[in-house]
Formats: sequence, C-alpha cells, structure tokens
Amino acid sequence: MTLTPSRRGLWLRVLDLPAVRRNDGLRSFLVATWLGWQIESNWADPFLFAIYSVVRPLASVMILVVMYSVITQGAFSQPIFPYIYLGNALYILVGQIITGVSWAIIDDREHYRVAKHLYTAPISGYTYLFGRGVARLIIGTISVGITVGFGMAVFKLPIRPAAIDWPLLLASTALGVAALAGLGLIIGAWTMTMARHFWSVGEAVSGAMYLFTGAIFPIDILPAWLRWIGFIFPVTYWLEAARRALLGPGAAGFTTFAAFSNAALLGILAAFTAALLIGSVFFYRWALDNAKEKGLLDMESGY
Amino acid sequence: MTTSLGSSVQDGGRVRKATGARLFWYTLWARAYPRMVGATRERSWLFFETLLPVLGVAGYVFIYRAIQAPPEYAGFAVLGGAMTAFWLNVLWSMASQLYWDKDQGNLELYVVSPGPMMAVLLGMAVGGLVMTATRATIILVVCSLLFHVTYQIASVPLLILVFAVTMIALYGMGMLFASVFLVAGREAWHLSNLMQEPIYLASGFYFPVKAMGAFVATAASIIPLTLGLDAMRQLIFAGDPTLGFLSVQVELSVLAVLAVIFLAAAAFALARLEEVGRREGRLIERRR
Repeated sequence: MTLTPSRRGLWLRVLDLPAVRRNDGLRSFLVATWLGWQIESNWADPFLFAIYSVVRPLASVMILVVMYSVITQGAFSQPIFPYIYLGNALYILVGQIITGVSWAIIDDREHYRVAKHLYTAPISGYTYLFGRGVARLIIGTISVGITVGFGMAVFKLPIRPAAIDWPLLLASTALGVAALAGLGLIIGAWTMTMARHFWSVGEAVSGAMYLFTGAIFPIDILPAWLRWIGFIFPVTYWLEAARRALLGPGAAGFTTFAAFSNAALLGILAAFTAALLIGSVFFYRWALDNAKEKGLLDMESGY
Repeated sequence: MTTSLGSSVQDGGRVRKATGARLFWYTLWARAYPRMVGATRERSWLFFETLLPVLGVAGYVFIYRAIQAPPEYAGFAVLGGAMTAFWLNVLWSMASQLYWDKDQGNLELYVVSPGPMMAVLLGMAVGGLVMTATRATIILVVCSLLFHVTYQIASVPLLILVFAVTMIALYGMGMLFASVFLVAGREAWHLSNLMQEPIYLASGFYFPVKAMGAFVATAASIIPLTLGLDAMRQLIFAGDPTLGFLSVQVELSVLAVLAVIFLAAAAFALARLEEVGRREGRLIERRR
C-alpha cells in the first residue's frame, strides 16, 4: 500500500502547516505514525492485511472459548464467560501497545538499520516512538472491535449498545491506552539499552500482565500471595472499568473489585497514567544517554 | 589429526578434504554446533525463554481452575505449553531462518561453501531440536511441580517413539518451510506470526483436539504436532480412554508418513529454490 499522489499531497500539506513545522515533537509524531502504519500494513494488499489482522486475535479468543466449551458443555450464559471473552479481547490492545514501541526500536536498529540516521536527524525521539506505537494501536483497536462483535454475534455476549456506559468506557479506555503508551515508552527505552534478549522484554511484561491483571480469570483464582501483583498494574483497573461499562450489572459477581466504585477505578487509573507518562519522559532521557554511553544506540547484534 | 573444521591433516601437513557423507556430516554438525553450544555460553535464556512460556501455561491452568475443570486439564495445558516451544522454534528458527540468514549475509556464505545446503538445514533442525528439548523439559518440569500435575504413563517406549517420530516430521516441515518462507521474503515474518495462535487452536495445544470436530482435527493433522500431541496425551494421561482423536497406532503411522513426505519435499524445495535463486539472482538480494 503506497500513498497515491493526492494522498501524498494531503500528507505533505499537513506536515507543512506552520503549527507542525514549528513543533519538532508534533512533526516527529505525525511522520512516525505514517511510517509505522506503512511498515505494519504495506507488505500485503489491504484484503490480505485485513484477514491477517483479525485471524490471530480471533484464534486467540477461540482457544479460550473451546477450553470453556469443553468443560462447561457450552454454557455461554454464565457470567464467567463474558468476563473471560471480553478480558481477552480488550487485552489485544495491551499486547499491541506494550510490544509495539519496543519493536519499533528493534526494527530501526536491527532490521532496517536506520537508528543512527534517526538520531542524527532533527526529530524528537520521544514523540517519534509514540507515533510508531500508534499504528499498532489502530490495528489493535480494529481487532478488538471485530473480536467483540464476533462474540456478540456468535456467542450472544450480553452487550447492548444502548445500555453501555459510554462515558465510563471512553474515559477508562483513554486513560488505559495512555497508561499503556507510557509503559510501552518505558519498555521501548529500556530496549535501547539492551544488547541481549531485547526481543523478549515487551512480551515478558505483556505476558506477566496477562496472568496477573485478571484479564482472563478473576484475580481471586490466583494464590493469595500472588494477588497483590495485579493491583500494581493500571491494566487491572482499566479492564475492570471497561467490563463494567460494557456489561453493566452483569459484570458484578466477582468480588475482587466489589468495594471499588467506578469513580475510584477511574481515579486510580488516572494516577497511574500520570505517573507513567511523566516517568516515561525521564526514563527515556536516561535510557537514551545510557545507550549513547554504551554505544548501543545503533548496534546491530544480529542476535 | 582432525581439525575443528572437520578436515583431516595428514602426515606432511596436507589437508584431506571432506567429501560425500563426511562433508555432509561435518556441515550438519557445524550448523548445529552454535545452536547447541551457544545455549551453554549465554545462559540468560534460562530466564527469558522459560519464564515466558511458564507464564503463558499458568494463564491457561488458572482459566481451567476458574471454570472448575477436572485436574487432568491442567496437565493438558502444561503438556501443550511445553510443546509450543517446538512449534515456535520451527516457525522462528527454522522456517524464517534462511530469510534472516539472507538478510544478514549468511545465506550467500552457505551457498558458496562446498557444504550441501540440505546438511545446513538438517543442522539447523538438529541444533534447534536439542536446544528446544532442553527448554521444553524445563517448562514441563517447572509447571508440573507448580501445578501438582500427575501423570499416568501407559508405555514409556511408545511415548519416546511417538515423540521422536513427531519431531522428525515437525522439523522436516520446518525444513520445507525454510525454503517456502525464503521465497515469501518480507512476508515471512507475518506468516510466522499468523501461524501461532491459529495453529494452537486448530491443533489442540491446550485441549483435546477432538473438541474441534472431526473435520478440523483431520485438516489440522497436516501439522505433525496435532497427532503427536494427541498421541502423547493419550499415553501420558492413560486414565481417560475417550481422550484421543484417533488411536495411538494410527496416529503414529500417519506421523511416520508425514515425516517421509516432509523430508522429501524439503529436499526438493531446497534444490528448486537454489536453482531459481541462482537464475534470478535472488540468493544475495536483500531488499525483499
């Protein structure tokens, strides 16, 4: 998929706007968003890319559906089923954003070998990485929508658009995505300072959160000495708030967060988000200096 | 005296070239060596490449607990989780490997060396198998201890035979994919990504494959791990006679046929790839 002349013209006009030209951060963000989208999508025609984008998340959720179905003989009306299904569907965004930024570092450094060109250009590295994560966010959002729609159509998930608490859903998702972006930036910056196993860092964090945040089973199922881990991740609060918004009273029945009001969930999530976004700015600066000190910024390990 | 490179130094300092079967063996060993020995030199993989699968397996075990599944299902998840190590190794360290070798400039070195390419592929497979077997064993042991999984093995020799034939068929498939993915170029990355969760689903990594229905289970049997895992599950959890999709004997026979087909197809595809690659100048061209 390449830009047609008219689209390219539009894009160049956007980049030529005085507000964009004057602002390194905004310009870097917009260009990186476009670049990220091209890298993610232009290896195939749009139809094949669309299939690719939905097959993995659908297969992932279907594994859980079959596991559930084998044990319960298809009792999809039980409250635990939408809990599992929605948690797994929403978690697609977590994986995409958390790993997306660190993969941008790996791609630029190891695969395309352009890290040195990037960091000698007049760009804002921080907003550049943000932009590279946006393409994954777009793909993830589409995948979540299709997965949830599939669940509503095939498994009769008890979600009715008219009954959704839209303000809670939008506010929690905006905060959740921003928190994930902050976390993704921190992991991406950490990746810059690594010479080994940088492939695994994003997946390790994403995998840990899958287990501890109540994404696919209530935290109460974990051994008591592990449950506290779930409470230190913003994803836990976002998933709970999003489930409440989508399922309404049907989300109740699991006691972990029964004592938390919606406002309390949003408040905690907002605090996490602010801390992660501010922390990511400082961590990025430290990681960049560290990578330069150690000569890792443009290292091609072939590892 | 035999040098580390496999050539023999005779009296008088003349080097006797390895040819034929000896060259094949030395090439195979040379390609397998870094994969097997590398793991002992850089031990940090113990943390990254066993912790991640353990987390994944734990997730599936806790789901089974959340829906109050019988205890043996935790064992299914543990066994399936351990076997994912082999599938991931085949996808990322076999199927995609020649493409990455081309990207890094190694493929042209393989091609201009006297060693046969089939031996290079077999070396990749042997090295990968040894390395991954270590990881899978650690995952199996750790998860079994963590989740108190108990096994009731029907026949150890048959279990070993099923595992061995499954691995030959699986890595034969990986060798075939290596040529196919090299032709796919940049799409190889996406193909490997695409063949993770859908294969876990169709092949019944975390539940008995018969739950997918006869049609899907039959179609998925082209992936050796489908029947291999089903047969191993029947042999390891022998308490449930209704578990399997087909009998162990039938599954073993099909796996043996798949092994022969995949190895033959890999040899053919590799020869064809090399011929077309030389003709079109694509063996050293890195832009796609």
